[in-house]
Amino acid sequence: MAEWFRDLYQQFTFNFIEGDRWKWIVQGLGETLLITFFAVLLGIALGVVVAFIRSTYDKNAPALKARGGPGRWLLGLVNFLCNVYLTVIRGTPVVVQLLIMYFIIFATSNNGTLVAVLAFGINSGAYVAEIFRGGILSIDNGQFEAGRSQGLSYLQTMAYIIIPQMFKIVLPTLCNEFIVLLKETSVAGYVGIMDLTKAGDLIRGRTFSAFMPLIAVALIYLAIVMLFTWLIRKLEGRLRGSDH
Amino acid sequence: MTTDSPVLISVNNLQKSFGNLQVLRGVTLDIHKGDVVVVIGPSGSGKSTFLRTLNLLELPTGGSITFEGVDITDRRVNINRHRQKMGMVFQQFNLYPHKTVLDNMTLAPRKLLKTPRATAEKLAMELLERVGLADRAKAYPAQLSGGQKQRVAIVRALCMKPDVMLFDEPTSALDPEMVGEVLDVMKELARSGMTMVVVTHEMGFAREVATNALFLDEGVIVEQGPPEELFTRPQSDRLKSFLAKVL
Ligand SMILES: Nc1ncnc2c1ncn2[C@@H]1O[C@H](COP(=O)(O)OP(=O)(O)OP(=O)(O)O)[C@@H](O)[C@H]1O
Ligand SMILES: [Mg+2]
Repeated sequence: MAEWFRDLYQQFTFNFIEGDRWKWIVQGLGETLLITFFAVLLGIALGVVVAFIRSTYDKNAPALKARGGPGRWLLGLVNFLCNVYLTVIRGTPVVVQLLIMYFIIFATSNNGTLVAVLAFGINSGAYVAEIFRGGILSIDNGQFEAGRSQGLSYLQTMAYIIIPQMFKIVLPTLCNEFIVLLKETSVAGYVGIMDLTKAGDLIRGRTFSAFMPLIAVALIYLAIVMLFTWLIRKLEGRLRGSDH
Repeated sequence: MTTDSPVLISVNNLQKSFGNLQVLRGVTLDIHKGDVVVVIGPSGSGKSTFLRTLNLLELPTGGSITFEGVDITDRRVNINRHRQKMGMVFQQFNLYPHKTVLDNMTLAPRKLLKTPRATAEKLAMELLERVGLADRAKAYPAQLSGGQKQRVAIVRALCMKPDVMLFDEPTSALDPEMVGEVLDVMKELARSGMTMVVVTHEMGFAREVATNALFLDEGVIVEQGPPEELFTRPQSDRLKSFLAKVL
């Protein structure tokens, strides 16, 4: 038993302490968190816009049809583009999207981190949009009618009545999406970014021992995910509390 | 009847179809200032649809609605402005669950009339006082009983100082013991001179405060008149058989 521990300790110092290789892990973790954070922001922004357009189309298409005019065609076109975005993004693997972004669309850029933020953000936006839209759909239409009957415009009703309730409903699901995104960024190594996963893999390549670096990387992901899951639980409890 | 007072809403040959289903088949009616119009009729006869076209929650497919001299079915009209003057109370209350009673009431005046918060809250508190709910101002809708919710919904609409109040079966979702408290508020409102259009099955309420009762069936007004007369001397067979079921 003692021997096993000593062996583990040796493995640890060999993999992480020698040559300051722990710094790679720290650096990789920083990169992973950075990409995730900004991709989340971009994903929410895109998600809000797309969900808003799709819900607006669903709610107002009949009225606009009755009214005629260019508004209907414009909204129809934007709605169609949103649908294309959702279909393409959700119908292809994120790694492929990342590769296309890096090697085709932004082939001239050598800022891998920025490209990764864009790729993961655009990818996440499609899922977040559907989460938001589901949230809006789940709100009783009576809420909408109450707002409109008071004289609030469509936008005001959305802003003061629907969206605040929607956020409350989707917050746990949204946080879950961030956990998914955090783990998905682990493919960033495909375009030469040294994220957490890549850092572990580089150490493995240098030390020719797989166990220690890969398990360490896995444990770090696990710790972050567990922390987030715990936060979501607390949040859910808090939200449920404020209803009563 | 208050037929000598000015016309507030003039409904002319109003029609509404959902696809192939024609729900309103030409409703014509003048509602005068101070009128309390009660709409009765069997399920599916188009009562809710009629009420909801009055503030254009449902878009009419034919005819016109003139409110305060403006044809609001004209699509160049900004309906939001006119809705501010038409309060609506729903069967399911539709209070905003994420806002307190007070915030439910002050939202529209603050955002639409730009009333300062303090002024809006003062009016809201006065109204809550009137319906006996001043102590619930800081409560959330989920903490209220059905009867309390509906009373809040009524005063929320009153905060906009509307010229007419529309009610769609305001007591139908309530436990029987709470119907009275809501009807009392509505009766007081009627006596204060508010113009009201009420879809209801509460014949007692109709008898007591309504100036005019409409019997709607299959999308047309089959009979109308003072409630007492309508209920005691129905002319048509359809109204007779309807009354036999509800009275
Ligand atoms: N949005 C809609 N789409 C399609 N059909 C509708 C819609 N709203 C109402 N209808 C139909 O129109 C008819 C009249 O409905 P309405 O709700 O006006 O009746 P009502 O007299 O209020 O009935 P109740 O007493 O049950 O409330 C019904 O057949 C109903 O199914
Ligand atoms: Mg109805």
